[in-house]
Order: sequence, then C-alpha cells, then structure tokens
Amino acid sequence: MKFIRNALVGTTALCAATAVSAADLEVTHWWTSGGEAAAVAEFAAALEGNTDHKWVDGAIAGSGGTARPIIISRIIGGDPMHATQLNHGRQAEELIEAGLMLDLSDVAAAEGWADIVNPTSLLDSCTVDGKIFCAPVNIHSWQWIWLSHKAFADAGTDVPSNWDEFVAAAPALEAAGKIPLAMGQQAWQSNGAFGVMAIAIAGLDAWSQVTIEKNAETAAGPEYAKVFEAAANARAFAANSNVQDWNQATNLVITGQAGAQIMGDWAQGEFQVANQVAGEDYTCLPGLGVNEIISTGGDAFYFPKQDDPEIEAAQKELAALLLSPEVQVNFNLKKGSLPVRGDVNLEAANDCMQKGLEILATGAILPDGNQTLSPDTQGQIEDLMVEFWNDPSYSAADAQERYAAIIAEAD
Amino acid sequence: MAVTDSGGRESLRTAPKKPNRLFKNMSAKIASLPMIFTALVVFIGCTVWTIYHSFTKSKLLPAPDKWVGLDQYERLWSTRRWLVSIENLAIYGICSLILSLVIGFTLAALLDRKIRGEGVFRTIFLYPFALSFIVTGLVWQWILNPQFGIQKVVQNWGWESFTFDPLNNADIVIYGILIAGIWQGSGFIMVIMLAGLRGIDEDIWKATRVDGIPTWKTYIVVIIPMMRPVFVTALVLIASGIIKVYDLVVAQTSGGPGIASEVPAKYVIEKMFQSQNLGQGFAASTMMLVSVLVVLIPWAYLEFGGKRRD
Repeated sequence: MKFIRNALVGTTALCAATAVSAADLEVTHWWTSGGEAAAVAEFAAALEGNTDHKWVDGAIAGSGGTARPIIISRIIGGDPMHATQLNHGRQAEELIEAGLMLDLSDVAAAEGWADIVNPTSLLDSCTVDGKIFCAPVNIHSWQWIWLSHKAFADAGTDVPSNWDEFVAAAPALEAAGKIPLAMGQQAWQSNGAFGVMAIAIAGLDAWSQVTIEKNAETAAGPEYAKVFEAAANARAFAANSNVQDWNQATNLVITGQAGAQIMGDWAQGEFQVANQVAGEDYTCLPGLGVNEIISTGGDAFYFPKQDDPEIEAAQKELAALLLSPEVQVNFNLKKGSLPVRGDVNLEAANDCMQKGLEILATGAILPDGNQTLSPDTQGQIEDLMVEFWNDPSYSAADAQERYAAIIAEAD
Repeated sequence: MAVTDSGGRESLRTAPKKPNRLFKNMSAKIASLPMIFTALVVFIGCTVWTIYHSFTKSKLLPAPDKWVGLDQYERLWSTRRWLVSIENLAIYGICSLILSLVIGFTLAALLDRKIRGEGVFRTIFLYPFALSFIVTGLVWQWILNPQFGIQKVVQNWGWESFTFDPLNNADIVIYGILIAGIWQGSGFIMVIMLAGLRGIDEDIWKATRVDGIPTWKTYIVVIIPMMRPVFVTALVLIASGIIKVYDLVVAQTSGGPGIASEVPAKYVIEKMFQSQNLGQGFAASTMMLVSVLVVLIPWAYLEFGGKRRD
C-alpha cells in the first residue's frame, strides 16, 4: 500500500518536475450542507485561480463527529491527506506532538499572521512550543438562537428578544402546532445547546470556573442546577423535532415549522441559501439575548507532513492563500462566519454577522470548549447530553450529578 | 484453530507411522506459511498488543509506558453508554440468532418442497444480502420514518391512531434495527440451509414416508439433527455478524434517540478516534473479545473435547 502510494507520489513528483510545479492537493473537510459547500468552493476557486495546484475535494458527509475519526485514522494510519479541516484547539494536540503535522512557522512569519489574526487566541491554539501548525480560517461562535418570524406570527405572538420571552411564548407556539425548539439529535448538537444555555443562564463566572478551571463543585452547584432545569424545559420544547442533522433542524426554522433553534452561526449560511433576510424573515440573538458574548472557536486547516518537498511547497502556498484578505472575505460571507483577520472589509455582511463583528470588536469573547476541554472529556459530556436531551425520564438532578463527576475527572 | 486441530488428528490417524511428518506435503505447508504468519502476527500479535494497551492511559497515540492498571475497565463499566450498548447487543444478538435460524430454515424448507418458481423466490430472498449494511440501514430508516414511512401510509389508509415509529422510540429502537438486520441476513442463512437440505439423501425421505412419519416431524426429528454441520456454519456466520454490528446502527439511528441504540463496536471506534482515548477503546474491545470467548470456549470444549473421548 505504502509502496504504491510512494510510487504514485513519485510519478506526481516527476510530472510536477517536468511541468510547472503543480500539485494535486487533497483536502478533507466536513462542510457538506448547502451554505458550507458554497463556502468551500471559494477556497477551491482561489487555489486554482491563483496557483497551478489543483484542489481535490475530499468532503466527508456526516458531521465533525463522523469526519474526525476518518481524518485522524488516515493520518495515524500513514495515508495522510494534504490538508484537512479540524477545529483548532486540542483535537490535533497529540498529532502535532508526534510530529505528524507540517510546521507552518515560516509561512506565518512571511505573511505576518501574528499581527493580523484577531483574536490572537486563535493563533495561540495553533501554536505548540512556539511553532505554528495550523491556519485558522474563520471564527465560529455557538452562542446564537435563531427565531423564525413566520412561526411566531402564526402563533400570534411577538418575536422574543431573549430566552425568558421565548420560554413564555413556547406554549402559544405549541398551540399553533409548531415545534417550539428545533433540535437535531446528534450528540454534538445537544452538547452545544447546553453549553450556550450554561453561559446565558449560569453566567460567565460559573461557566469559566467549570469549563476552564474544571471546578466540579461549581458544576454541582446552584447556578448549574438552574441550567439543567432550563435544559429539561428546552428538552420538552424539542420533543417533537425528529430530525438528525443540524441543517434539517435549521430548515424547520426557515420554513416556519419550528419557532427557534439554538445553533452556532454556521446556521447563517443556510438562511442565506434559502434567500431569507435577517431582521425580516428571521432574527438572531447572540447569547440567547441574555448576555451578548461569543466564543471564538472555529475551523482551521492542518497540513499533515508529506515526504515530497514539491507537495510541501504547495501546502504552504495554500496555507498562505487561506488567510489572504480576498479569500477571507469571500469564504466567510458564504459561510456566515467571522473572518480571522480584523483588517478586512465586510460591508457586504448582513445583520447577524454585523452583530457578531461588533461583539468581537468589543472583546466580549470566550475560548471555545474545544480549546479548553480534551476530546475525551468532550466525548463524555456529549454522551451525557445526548442521553439527557432524548430521555424525558432522565431528571435534571441526576444529569447534573453525572456532569459534575465528569468535570471532576476532566483533564 | 479448533478446526485445524481436528484436521491434524485426522492425518495422524491415517498415517501414524511416517517418521518426519513435519516435512510431509512440503509444498502445501509452504503455501500456507503466509496465512500462518498472518494469523500469528496480525490476529494474535495485535490482540496481545491491544490487550496490553488497554491497561495504559493511551490517548490519541499508544503510550505503552503510562500504565494505569484496571482504571480503563473501571471507567468502562461505570459508563451508562457502555452498559446500554451491552444490553442492546444482548437483545439484538439473541433475537437475531433465533429469528435468523428460524426464518432461514423455514424459508429453505418451504423452497425445498419442490415448488414452482423456486429460482425466483430464492433470488428475491437472497437479494437483500447483496446490499451493504449502510444501504440496508438507510432504506429501513426511511421505511420506519414516522413522517413518510409505514406509519404515514397506514394513517393515510384511514387508521389515524396507528403508530409505528421504532426508530424514534427509545424503548423499542433496537427492534427497529433488528428488523433491518433480519431482513438483510436471513436470505443468506436460507441459502445455506437450502444447500444443507439438498445434501439430505432422497432415500431418507422415502424411508420416513414408508414409516408414515408426518413431514413436519421428519424435519424436526430426522433432518435437523442430520444438518448439524450446516447449523454450526450458520451459527458462526450469524454470531460474527452480531458482534460486529456497527454500520447498520450508524446508518439507521447513529445510536439515537439519545444513546438508546448504541452498540459496543460503535463505542470502541468513537472512543478511539473521536474522543481520542485509545486506552478506553482498547478496554472496550478487549471486553468484546472476552464476551466472545465466554461463549466460544465452553462450546469448543463440548464440540471438540467430547470427540476425544471416543
């Protein structure tokens, strides 16, 4: 297998040497919904427009939860792709330590990433022992609730402006035959929605004590008890939304079958593809309208090490390109995410993105759970959350007890 | 392994006095060297390696020096998701074993009654086996979907209160997966059984008819005992399918609703690569191996240990 691959790489290298040094770059990612696919096409177009290299799309359907195991097992198994999406943070920690990732420090120095990347925490997440191993491409924040104007109009209530108003309006929605809260049944969605509610309801202090300092006492305390109560409520609101994928849940909001969805700002791209206008057809509330704060997780591209210097050069060209101003604007407009550099012009951005940019500018930002908790702890919390959200007999108190136990063992 | 043992004894019996048995059939032995090597290195070597690492705190990459004893196992057995997985595997396993054998044998027996159009029926019954588990899972996900599957169709016929949504009901979701598993697998078992039935000598049938034994009784008392090797083959095939059930669940429910349809194989792969906790995944896979051995060793002892006595 390895021999064949080397032979193939060898022939590509030969071709590359004779022609202009063009390489096929296989890029894996899990951007497959309508808005996401449109965004990733911008990368491909930029690569093929600006260089001689070819973008070989390796989209993996499912979600990050499906794609990451495939990506990681390929890298560990000795069949690395040329570039791959991952969430920056601790997902690639050990791969970097094992020396499986390409050091991008020279690209970063040449392009001046240290000066342009904002917030700097994004680049810090890519840095191990002073070397930079990934190219951050966007900022995604989880802390949004998306509200369908049509659903609330049908139910005869005003569009809520915060979580409490939404809870108050939920019975009216149900009476009008709507699903109050749309929710996909995958584990990461349950976990994400809970994280959003934790920040909004338990408050920032309690949240950072639990998620950053891993304080199990706070996790078992009264602030988090309120969060679990609220989540149990939300579970009842979402009882009838029998969909799996997040974009199916977003579609329920777009078509007015559901009142709201707690989902990250990538949902923005779906509204855009459906030609919906922010403020007219739908409303987005950062921090559930309670505290306007966003986490700055996001996507980054990692470049697994290759034996061939030609490919390595092409990988570095791609890395530089991903952060170039034009590509950043085109990509993020389609994706609905915020650009990683503060110096680009996003006039074309719509209402929701502008809100996000403003919050980013005020510095009301948090690290993302991916940056503070190990994938193992995240996985345990996801298992708990997906069970809690889907099993009405699982009481809030029991779930909280289990949650505190996981936090106590977190690494 | 057990099968090769009995083969070895066979040759011992036929040629007990030949001096250098080791060099007999040299070419055949050389030809089987790669397989012996694979069995030793890949199966046994990797199993030992996995078991060893299940006692370590390996994260994304194996860390043989971080020894933690039984910690991974303690965590495993206190994890609800694992307990649910084991329970699901037990339900799925027992039901699928019994139903596959019963349905497979019944279909085979019916086809064996020299009916017209046997080829057509055989093809229809075997066809699902040609589909992968992913396709099977997706198709059944659609069929069982309450919004446009069986439930919707029956409701449209006028039975408004009809509910049949196994995949969205945590209490019965494993049976929804079982339906798809049986649909996919029983045709194959049928073909194996049919081959077994065709191997039964016609004279046996004639003899039972002369003795006036009813057909159903002939099947139970005479034919099934005669088909024992066929049943063993079918059993092994079904059992290996049960232990590794993974893709069917991923395609149909991805473990949902909640964790109600999780299975051990899914736990292993997700802990290994998604949670980046190899130690935990290895501990789970070691438990799967142990559960297989718990079933296999007493059976092998009865099957092969018994013969040694006579």
